[in-house]
Amino acid sequence: MCLAIPGRIVEIAAGQNLVGTVEVTGVRRKVQLGLLEDDLPKAGDWVLIHVGFAMSKISEQDAQEQMSLLSALGETEQAMEEVRGYGLENGDGHDGHLAWNEKPIA
Amino acid sequence: MRYVDEFRDPELITRASEEIRRLVDPERHYRIMEVCGGHTHAIYRFGLKDILPSNIELIHGPGCPVCVLPMGRIDDGLAIAKNNPNVIFVAFGDMMRVPGAQGSPFEHKARGTDVRIVYSPADALELARKNPDKEVVFFAIGFETTAPSTALTLMNARMQDVRNFSVFCNHVTIVPAIRAILDSPDMRLDGFIGPGHVSTVIGCRPYEWIATVEGKPVVTSGFEPLDLLQSIVMLLRQLRAGEARVENQYKRVVPWEGNRAALKVMAEVFELRPYFEWRGLGFISQSALRIRAQYAQWDAEQRFAVPETRVADPKAAQCGEVLKGVLKPAQCKLFGKECTPEHPIGALMVSSEGSCAAYYNYEYRKSLVSRIGPAVSRVA
Repeated sequence: MCLAIPGRIVEIAAGQNLVGTVEVTGVRRKVQLGLLEDDLPKAGDWVLIHVGFAMSKISEQDAQEQMSLLSALGETEQAMEEVRGYGLENGDGHDGHLAWNEKPIA
Repeated sequence: MRYVDEFRDPELITRASEEIRRLVDPERHYRIMEVCGGHTHAIYRFGLKDILPSNIELIHGPGCPVCVLPMGRIDDGLAIAKNNPNVIFVAFGDMMRVPGAQGSPFEHKARGTDVRIVYSPADALELARKNPDKEVVFFAIGFETTAPSTALTLMNARMQDVRNFSVFCNHVTIVPAIRAILDSPDMRLDGFIGPGHVSTVIGCRPYEWIATVEGKPVVTSGFEPLDLLQSIVMLLRQLRAGEARVENQYKRVVPWEGNRAALKVMAEVFELRPYFEWRGLGFISQSALRIRAQYAQWDAEQRFAVPETRVADPKAAQCGEVLKGVLKPAQCKLFGKECTPEHPIGALMVSSEGSCAAYYNYEYRKSLVSRIGPAVSRVA
């Protein structure tokens, strides 16, 4: 939840709700853009994402550095799990259910 | 080891650490608080303590939302789902292993409560739309980094008239917690490394009173080792000159005025609670957000009966002292014995951003000094 995940905007959806498609290391998911309505990103721009919402525009270099920071902190896996989960897609086809590596503790 | 490659420029790290050594007064003991749990994690991960002079002490602040949430709130949120079989309880993955007195969300799931993970509040709303015969309760948590996302989701729920969706709101605000720490009599601090992502939303102005009224410098900081070292340099320069200002080291992400759109949606949906309990810090006035009356239809605390559970932390656990920086994690009697990341008793052990978990995970790891080798040890 506290991870800031860098992604590149691939396209902005038409319509009233500010939604776009973002790509994070090859994974494409829907993100909310409403919190950037004062300065909307366009396709090709880089953003920092928190909990499925783009929160700030950043440079490509900053995006790369943020990605290597996540890797250094050992959080890449967690970040990618979060990204894959956006849009209720957990990779196992079950809406919002536990991902493969999240077993309940007895 | 591949750590060396992870630092963009070891040479710059060396220079920053030399500058720190040049600026410190050897006669003085510096206590600097990093407010944000993300910074705590990075400080331990990169072993920054080991390249700082021994008279600079970093105190780990309250900026880990999972850690400061009182156990009773978890019990309250889960009680809604347990008492109303039609409810789907949804929360971020980070919450799933956090123990309430009656067990964690995962444990409730094992006992048959419908508990699900979402990665975004927008998806919790989507889940409600897809399950019109169910009630979806989203357990919202976080500082100003995540509060705007919850707010915008509530605005969308209202606009689209999704009535089987509600939010159990645990959002807190960072500035009153800093105030509570400064008011605490056993606390002496020289300056603050200000939060990074929270400041993206609120900007730098909300910290100005810390400089003008309390006379302590604040530098909002990025998360890389070099960012943190540069922020310490900026703090030491002010301290040396006898100044106290708010400075922004993380300009590439943090605008001085914050994110206006995010502040606007928060003001539309939330108001301050008169008081809220923080684990380890007690009740702090005007330190948390609740949902405004216009959105009562989507406020789980209005929609459902909430038991208002209060749970005292285990007596032996000293989370409060650690959270205030009075004790180091390893000085707690339970640290590494009863309380470990696998079996957390106190909240600071639950999240990777909690200072106890960070200390536990990295204490014995190689520090930055040994990773980047002679370049730094030369000046150490």
